Amino acid sequence: MNLKLKALKKSLWVYHVSAGSCNNCDIEILDLLTPRFDVERFGIVLVGSPRHADVLLCTGIVNKKCVERVKEVYEQTPKPCVVVAIGACACSGGIFRDGYQMAGPLNKIIPVDVYIPGCPPKPEAIIAGIVKFLKEIK
Amino acid sequence: MNVIYSFWYFVLSFIFLSVIGLFVSWIDRKITARIQWRVGPPWYQSFADIIKLSGKEVLVPEGSNRFTFIFSPILSVIASTICGTMLLLVLRKNFGFGGDLILFIYLLTIPSLSIILGGSSSGNVLASVGISRELKLLLSYELPFICAIIIPAIKANFTTSLIEIFQYQNLNGSNIFSLSGIIGFIIILIASTGKLGVVPFDLAEAETEIAGGALIEYSGILLGFYKLAKSILLFVVPLFIVILYLGGTPIIGFGSLLIFILKYLVVLILITLIRNTNPRLRIDQSLRFFWGWLTLIGILGILISLSGV
Ligand code: SF4
Repeated sequence: MNLKLKALKKSLWVYHVSAGSCNNCDIEILDLLTPRFDVERFGIVLVGSPRHADVLLCTGIVNKKCVERVKEVYEQTPKPCVVVAIGACACSGGIFRDGYQMAGPLNKIIPVDVYIPGCPPKPEAIIAGIVKFLKEIK
Repeated sequence: MNVIYSFWYFVLSFIFLSVIGLFVSWIDRKITARIQWRVGPPWYQSFADIIKLSGKEVLVPEGSNRFTFIFSPILSVIASTICGTMLLLVLRKNFGFGGDLILFIYLLTIPSLSIILGGSSSGNVLASVGISRELKLLLSYELPFICAIIIPAIKANFTTSLIEIFQYQNLNGSNIFSLSGIIGFIIILIASTGKLGVVPFDLAEAETEIAGGALIEYSGILLGFYKLAKSILLFVVPLFIVILYLGGTPIIGFGSLLIFILKYLVVLILITLIRNTNPRLRIDQSLRFFWGWLTLIGILGILISLSGV
């Protein structure tokens, strides 16, 4: 395993993309970044610009207005980057799968690496998902 | 000193300064974490950040000035390394020259200027908001910062040389044990949080409002250079404060080195505490704060130090 990949695994900077979620998943992500769960233990910090990011945390069905934006944010993120689909909506459409605005789910628009189901997933579930993913990549 | 020798000295001190600066920025993050009742990152965190950034793609935005965009992060690393090298030379070899204090003040503004340069060359709207804030902040904190630098210069018989200020304290005791010394120390401590761009005055980078500010378009190793320059400054500025105000023990032998490191850590922890117990100020508030009270107290301190207390 090379050094840069190792460093990447130890220092994930996340950027939060909200693509038409019901806001509940977003609140769980904010919970995740509070001192109680302390994801800085794993080197995870929230950054303000997709240019700085290594991980895109995407929530929500991608609605029709959001398609272009999500694609653009993905293109602006320097590679290698990881896309995490958070919540039932981003994974499969969830309760909004028959909605008139539905243009997703996320993996129709951009390649997704990690799926974390739940409506909304608990912060513990998000941490567990990310840690499992970190163990998988070699 | 010939050219090749000074070049290698520069390279070595760059390596030394980056290693120690990254380590210091870890201490800063760890203390922050402990204050917020968290565990905090592991010791290699800042190194992992830089190595990771060096492996990422570098994106140069369309419509930016390519040369300035790539050149300014490198400039900021070089300038902060020169600052650090000057202080190391003063401490290790007692090397200095008349006027190096003034040169040091100039060099210390270059990292901020290079952020302004890089942000303006990226052609991003939010970056331009960031640089306008950075520019105003630079103008505002520089005044009390210089006031607080003049005080020890006056106390050491009107000198402009770092080494003379340091040696004066070796003979007469630390500057902080006098009234004007305490005033100057407090002012430089507060002004240096502006210089370092940490929380009460981090409005140029304000992640939650303007998404990283001047650095918004930077990615990969170029962003890493800025982070590195910031870490080096986090080492250099407290060291500078120690030299100006907390001298008094010449560094000979292991024991005095330990005392010196202890002094340095006290200053670093004070800055971290300021950063953790204050909210971010708006630009008009910080301008009023720096040019109002802080400068007034600074001028008072200069007057007191002229009278010799
Ligand atoms: S998964 Fe559930 S909580 Fe999350 S955005 Fe969809 S409906 Fe809301």
